[in-house]
Order: sequence, then structure tokens, then C-alpha cells
Amino acid sequence: MAMPQTKHAFETATDNAVAVRNVTKNYGETEALKNLTLEFPRGELTSLLGPSGCGKTTLLKIIAGLLEPTSGEIEVNGKPVTGPGPDRAFVFQDFALLPWASVMRNVAFGLELRGVARSEREDIAAKYIKDVGLAGFEASFPHELSGGMRQRVGLARALSVDAQVLLMDEPFSAVDEQTRRKFQEDLLMLVQNENKTFIFVTHSIEEAVYVSDQIAILLPRPSRVSEVIRPSGFRDKGVDNIRRDTEYLDIVDEIWASLRSYVE
Amino acid sequence: MKVMGYRLPGMSSLILWGLLWEIVGQSGMTFFIPPLSEVLVTLFSVIGTAAFQKAMYETAYAFFAGVFFAITIGIPTGILMGKSRLIDELLLPWVNMFLSAPLTALVPVLMVLFGFGMKSIIITTTLFAIWIIILNARAGVMQINRSLVEMARSFGATPMDAFVKIYFWAALPEILGGVRIGVIRAVKGVIIGQLLISIVGFGALFELYSSNFLMAHFWAVLIVLFALAFTISEIFAYLERRVAYYAAKR
Repeated sequence: MAMPQTKHAFETATDNAVAVRNVTKNYGETEALKNLTLEFPRGELTSLLGPSGCGKTTLLKIIAGLLEPTSGEIEVNGKPVTGPGPDRAFVFQDFALLPWASVMRNVAFGLELRGVARSEREDIAAKYIKDVGLAGFEASFPHELSGGMRQRVGLARALSVDAQVLLMDEPFSAVDEQTRRKFQEDLLMLVQNENKTFIFVTHSIEEAVYVSDQIAILLPRPSRVSEVIRPSGFRDKGVDNIRRDTEYLDIVDEIWASLRSYVE
Repeated sequence: MKVMGYRLPGMSSLILWGLLWEIVGQSGMTFFIPPLSEVLVTLFSVIGTAAFQKAMYETAYAFFAGVFFAITIGIPTGILMGKSRLIDELLLPWVNMFLSAPLTALVPVLMVLFGFGMKSIIITTTLFAIWIIILNARAGVMQINRSLVEMARSFGATPMDAFVKIYFWAALPEILGGVRIGVIRAVKGVIIGQLLISIVGFGALFELYSSNFLMAHFWAVLIVLFALAFTISEIFAYLERRVAYYAAKR
């Protein structure tokens, strides 16, 4: 693939926020993941892309500490993962909001579980509610919001615990196309402005190429990383120019060519 | 309901049935049904008497104690059954059996085990109410959205946090439904207990009035009992409506 940018090359050589080493996950007889090794450079967005059933969500949940690998190890900031921890925050595909709680309480819920005092956590939550563009909806309940707004709540909750690593499980798949485009643009800004590492599961090739610094292609049966692609040329050209950049288009085509045969 | 453009207040039909009762009573068709007006007059004359207030106190005490145990034991048990496969496998057959068992037939056994006093009556009341409360709490927990549980775990919730902040609230609409039905069954339990175990409270009044053919008295007590059960059940129905906003959206 294209040569990575020098800045990235330097960072990847020295600094991975998350490292997955020889991870295998079996469900009884079924091999969900087989001997998978992958590194996630700090401050970048890495996509896990692949056909359904390739184990990308399984891998994400193993990194989150929600699932235990059958063998192999995960390191976050050099420390082995044994369960969920404050260094990681999860954004759920179905938002996973408390339907009985206001936007404010939902966003502050991660901090509430960590024992942060009410006034303090509500101050922090209020800031992130504003950041994701939901100012004025603090007292609303999830069922009063649109799908896109609900995921903004989920995102604000993940941001407010200030974890270094953000794990996003197909976060935009349950929102409509236009909202998703807006989300993708916002996500690029977020990666640029927040000094966080993003791990992003998606099944959309265009989405992965659009938002990622690094794309890991996962193939099923048995699940493995077939390729790691690092787009380099179009990231700094601005959100409006990416989709017509030739490198963007080439990478999309190339990924489709390699995935085509795995799609039923 | 609307009649000729007028919105009738809730339970207007009671007026109709009350009228019918009065007519049947006035016609003297059967001594078993005295006119409603006579029943109401009797009700107000009886309500102030020491015997009635003692019965009221005894019944209320057994009822609330029984319901208290049914709720405080039933809800956590149901939640645990919904959470843990093992506990569920162990307890579910018993819960289902007792739910459909003719509990009245068990009362003599309770008398042998716990004596003829208030204790047995309270236990009877609890036994009538608890099973449906357990089953509903269990059903509420089982329909929980898995990702809510994962969300809590991923943000570092302790098992106790998950129990109090996720499971309880997510199951609350079902729990309240179970408690409402359980409370109605507890009314049945407390009266059956009072009739069979020791003749106290409203049970004693029913026994006294019916064996002496004091039908107006009999109906008066029944009306009081119905009003109490109805009020309590409506309180829970109100609470259920309070959580309905999220019950359908989980």
C-alpha cells in the first residue's frame, strides 16, 4: 500500500495505545478469532472492517474487557487487560441508553459509576452535551430524541469519562444516511482535536476509508487480519474533498475487490 | 366513554349497578340482598364501633406485613432468577407449582408449622402474593436489553451497581405489574387466613355476620374490603403509568 506519512511512521514505530497479540476466541467448536495480532497507534483511528461474521465486534468486546479471549493477550498502554477499565470507553451500536434517565444522567452515568460527586459529574456532562451539539436537551429522555441524537448522547457519555481509548461498535449503523455523513465528519474533527485512540468497527467500506488512519481488513472462517491499509494522501485535504480523492476511490475499490468473494 | 356528547367520568357504570342493587333489594326478592341504601347506613353505623376497628386493624396489620414480606423477598428473588440460570433452574419449578397450587389446602399445614396466630395468617398472605411477584420480576429482568448490562460493565459497574441501577429499573414496569396482582391476591390470602386459621379480623366479622344472617352488615364489610383492595391496586396502577413512558421503549 501507499507509504504512510512520516508523522505516522514515527508514531507507529514507538507508540501503540492498544496491542492485540495472538488472540484466539472459541465458542465451543466455533473459532470466532484465530491467532489475531494487531496494533493500534496512539491518537489515530483504526477501523476493523470485514464481512459480517468475521469477528470484528468480538475483537472489540475482547479489547473492552467484556469478553475473555480463549488465549492470547491484550495490552492497553502497556498494561494487560483483564476486564473493563477506566482507560477505555465503549460506544454501542444500539446506543445502550438508560430509557428511564434524562440525557444529563445518561451522559453522566459513566462518572456516576465511578463515584464522582453529582455536581462535579453534571458539570463535566454538561460540557460534553454541549460539545456534541445537544445543549438544551439535558432534561429530555431518550425516547424523545431521534436516533442520531441518541447516539450523540452515547458518544458524550463515552467522552465524559475521559478514557484514552474509545471503542466504537458500528456506532452509525442505526442512524440514517445523512446523519451518518454528519457523524463521520464530526468524528474526523474529534480524532483531530481529542488526543484519543479510536477503534471503530464498521461494515461500510466507504465509511472505513473516509474516517480511518488505519484500516484492518478482517476475513472470516477462520477470522484473521488479512491486510492493514494506511491511507495517507487525503486526510489533510478537508472533509469535502476526501470522497473525490483518487486515492480514496482506489482504496475503496481495492477493499471491495478483496472482500467480494466473502460476501454471500 | 361518551354518552350523547357528554364525557362520563371513570367508573360511571357503578352508579347503574348500584341502582340495580337498590331495586332488587327494595323488591324484597331475597333476604340475601338488602337494599344498597340499607347496607350503606349499616356501614356507617358499624364503622365507628370498637369491634370493627379492631377487625380493621388486625386485617390491615396481617395484610401489610404479608405484602411487605412478599415484596421484599419476591422482587430480589425474581431478579436473581432472571439473572442467574442456575438459580432459575433451581427455583422455577417451585414457583410455578405454588403459583397454580390451591394454597387454601396448604393452610392447615401452616397451622401445624406456625401455630394458630397472626404469624400463620401473615405467612398465608405472603404465600398468596409472592409467586406472581417473583415471576413478573423474573420476566422483567429476562427481557432486559443485553447491551445495557454490557454498558454498565464497560463503565465499571459493580454487581451491586448493576442490580440497583440497571436490573431493578429495567424490570420496574413488570415488577409493578406483579406487585399489583400480588396485592390483590394478598387480600384473598389474608381473609382466607383469618377464616381458616384463627377467627380474627374481617374474617371473624364475615363469619359472625353470615352465620347470624346479618346480610347488611356482611355486605358493608365486603364493600369496605373491596374499596381497600381497589384503592391499593389503583395506587400501583398509577405507579405503573408513571413508568409507562419507558416501558415500551426498552
